[in-house]
Amino acid sequence: MTYLLLFVEFFKIGLFAIGGGLVTVPFLFDLSEKYTWFSAKELTDMIAVAESTPGPLGVNMAIYAGFGAGGILGAIIAVLGLVLPSVVIIIMVARLMDKYQCNTRVQVMLRGIRPSVLALILFAGLELARIAVVDVLAIVLFLSLVAAIRIWRKSPIFYLFVSAILGIVLQL
Amino acid sequence: MLPLLKAETVDKRGFLSEEELLNLYSIGQCTPGIIAINVATFIGYKQKGVWGAIFSTIGMILPSMFIIILIASVLKMYMHNRYIAYAFAGIRVCVIALIADIVYELWRKNIKTFIDVTIFVLAVLVLLFADISAVWVVIFAALTALFAEEIKRKRAK
Repeated sequence: MTYLLLFVEFFKIGLFAIGGGLVTVPFLFDLSEKYTWFSAKELTDMIAVAESTPGPLGVNMAIYAGFGAGGILGAIIAVLGLVLPSVVIIIMVARLMDKYQCNTRVQVMLRGIRPSVLALILFAGLELARIAVVDVLAIVLFLSLVAAIRIWRKSPIFYLFVSAILGIVLQL
Repeated sequence: MLPLLKAETVDKRGFLSEEELLNLYSIGQCTPGIIAINVATFIGYKQKGVWGAIFSTIGMILPSMFIIILIASVLKMYMHNRYIAYAFAGIRVCVIALIADIVYELWRKNIKTFIDVTIFVLAVLVLLFADISAVWVVIFAALTALFAEEIKRKRAK
């Protein structure tokens, strides 16, 4: 039963998580509230792992979440659910390739989705912040990191690595 | 992502021309789903039909599969270690900082017109006052955009 639920939930994410990068985060946060597959805290760890490994973030997140919920088979089922909408839609589009020119109605809708995705990521981020940024020390680290990310624009792995060391040194 | 795709599919294998790849990439961006998966499926389909699409998608997933499962298993074993726990407390703060940065970038890139602001505010209100899933927020946003576009078109006439 868990496997069927995994498939259905990740199929929905594949269909509705439109855009790149962290768009899957709010959807996965919903799952953390709805099921016992993983906690919001584990979701934050997952994001760190997915950000520091190669491969599309959404795919990495699905595998991590599926693995946590149902082992290796869970990982396979979650990722298949995630990519199935893409595969089906793209094959249909490829068949009509000559006629398909990024239909304007579709574009209007995709454009309209972006501001809502922003709001979703903002809210999921706030929920996760309540768990991760808990004391004054963490708040100071958070603000310094935000500034550092904006100033130097290095890859996420760099900041994650530095934060891990700081976490140990400061006994966070 | 794009430079790597070009190196492998255009320069090395000659599956398609650079122009075709750019065209595919823009279609991959205006269809639902993860862009990388969309492009891989597309290239596979053009080469060998449905099976080509399936195999190129599996190829795209498999490295992540091995890496993530390996890391997840190792993490599970060591999560109770004191120092690993400290490290992850730091890492979690960093994840929030990365999310804050993304929110700022998305704001700069995507909130430009009156309709963008309206949809953003509506989404925030809905999220504040209703316990609603992300899927519905996305559907409402798409319909609101479509509705706003129709009104604009009617007024222009």
